[in-house]
Amino acid sequence: MSAATQTAFAAGLFAATPPPAGLTAWNSRAPERRYGVYRNNVSASLTGALSSRFPVAERIVGLEFFRAMAQAFVLLHPPRSPLLLAYGDDFPDFVAAFEPARDIAYLPDVMRLEVARGRAYHAADAAPLDPQALAAVDPARLGDLVFTPHPALSIFSSPHPAVSIWAMNAGERPLTPLECWDGEDALVVRPQMIVEVTPLPPGGAIFHRLLAVGETLGLAAEAAMAAEERFDLSTNLAVLLRSGAFTAIREENPDEHRHHA
Amino acid sequence: MIPSRLPRRAGVGFKPEHFADILSAPEPIGFFEVHAENYMGAGGPPHAQLGKLREDHALSIHGVGLSIGSMQPLDRDHLARLKVLCDRYQPESFSEHLAWSTHDSVFLNDLLPLPYTEETLTHVVEHVDQVQDVLKRQMLLENPATYLLFEESTIEETVFLAEIARRTGCGLLLDVNNVFVAATNHNLDARDYIARFPLEVVREIHLSGHSETVDDLGAALLIDSHDTPVKDPVWALYETVIGRIGPVASLVEWDNDVPAWPVLRDEAMAAQRILDAAARQRAA
Repeated sequence: MSAATQTAFAAGLFAATPPPAGLTAWNSRAPERRYGVYRNNVSASLTGALSSRFPVAERIVGLEFFRAMAQAFVLLHPPRSPLLLAYGDDFPDFVAAFEPARDIAYLPDVMRLEVARGRAYHAADAAPLDPQALAAVDPARLGDLVFTPHPALSIFSSPHPAVSIWAMNAGERPLTPLECWDGEDALVVRPQMIVEVTPLPPGGAIFHRLLAVGETLGLAAEAAMAAEERFDLSTNLAVLLRSGAFTAIREENPDEHRHHA
Repeated sequence: MIPSRLPRRAGVGFKPEHFADILSAPEPIGFFEVHAENYMGAGGPPHAQLGKLREDHALSIHGVGLSIGSMQPLDRDHLARLKVLCDRYQPESFSEHLAWSTHDSVFLNDLLPLPYTEETLTHVVEHVDQVQDVLKRQMLLENPATYLLFEESTIEETVFLAEIARRTGCGLLLDVNNVFVAATNHNLDARDYIARFPLEVVREIHLSGHSETVDDLGAALLIDSHDTPVKDPVWALYETVIGRIGPVASLVEWDNDVPAWPVLRDEAMAAQRILDAAARQRAA
């Protein structure tokens, strides 16, 4: 039965057992090395897919360590779709619980940043908001503005300096000893064709997160200020406009809002 | 059903690292081929590049994840994604492999071999029919590079492929490197395989490199690695095929240890010279 043949063939690919029965070769009834080619292809191609999604993590831990970690992940979490673009979204969570990587506390967050960058790379295209767009708005109505997030936008936060560590290992910043080990936030955006990681000033993460879910500029600024006393609205607005994190603005009509509420 | 209709010229497997070179110095490349699964995101650089290439070049979309040789039903979601991609880019050709890569819900990311029996033939024919029904296009099916055989096989590979083409109306993609690799691995003569192959339904040829190792008994075992130039015996086999059937769309694939653009382009030009020679001979 061929279905049984395929089941046995597939099961053996992830096991260190002799090849399944029913295989043959012109010179042998036990083609171990020949079956091993398929085992090796499956393992190498899946760990390779993870390498290409997590190049910075691979650089941080080294090729050999990364490969071992990837192999362990592949065994427990093989891909469930031929769409490998998204394979490994849960690899950072796996690494967070991976005993041998325990000492590198920032590693899972660096990998989450790589996931966010990969998603931004493949996200739908959209023209970013014109940086001059706010200039045309009546200053009295600024607080009522609602922003449409760019499809590529995500807001990254880490209790570690994961943004700096990523940037240094990605070759975006010179490799220097870290002076400050505070947490960091960043916008991950792709206004045109290049994915950008824009570090956020204090309170910027909460501010941008609230805007991204459709809260008004006034509410987002108030909440950010309440959560972080160093929050500065004009600095954050400059980041918002320069980064291409949003595609459009509209004014929420306060009366209409009240009516619906 | 839209027939497969690539130009009868040499083409190149597109690699994003070559994009800038391709744009800066346009070359007479017959067509580009891309792996379908790399263009299934919503947007970004992959689609921007493919859209740009498509403006000036014929396109072949080559799937590597549909698992047509599987004994389980085709993944309808994946087939729908292929439909979206083909509708968007209107490629001159769509092709896939006589192989399987998904089992239960696990995607194994390799082109795995299947036994050739009446039962597997029925399954593959149903799958090819389904693909052509959904895509509303003739598809091409590629012969595999295999490393082992199945005791239960009762049908010779060339007969199996010919029968699929006859029952479904699909075309065949003859991978000449795969022929050489598999023939060596099974201690057969590649020329005999070609002699038995249903060349009349070949609509595209693949050319690529392979690497060499040995099996448990020290016999030659060739690996379809796509990481070297096309080897001499594969060129020779290619010339034989083109001599028999005349010019046909011919793709140079180089997927690992990808060289600089001029190296890949020159490989395609070498194929083009063989096509040109065959065209002259036919005209004479």
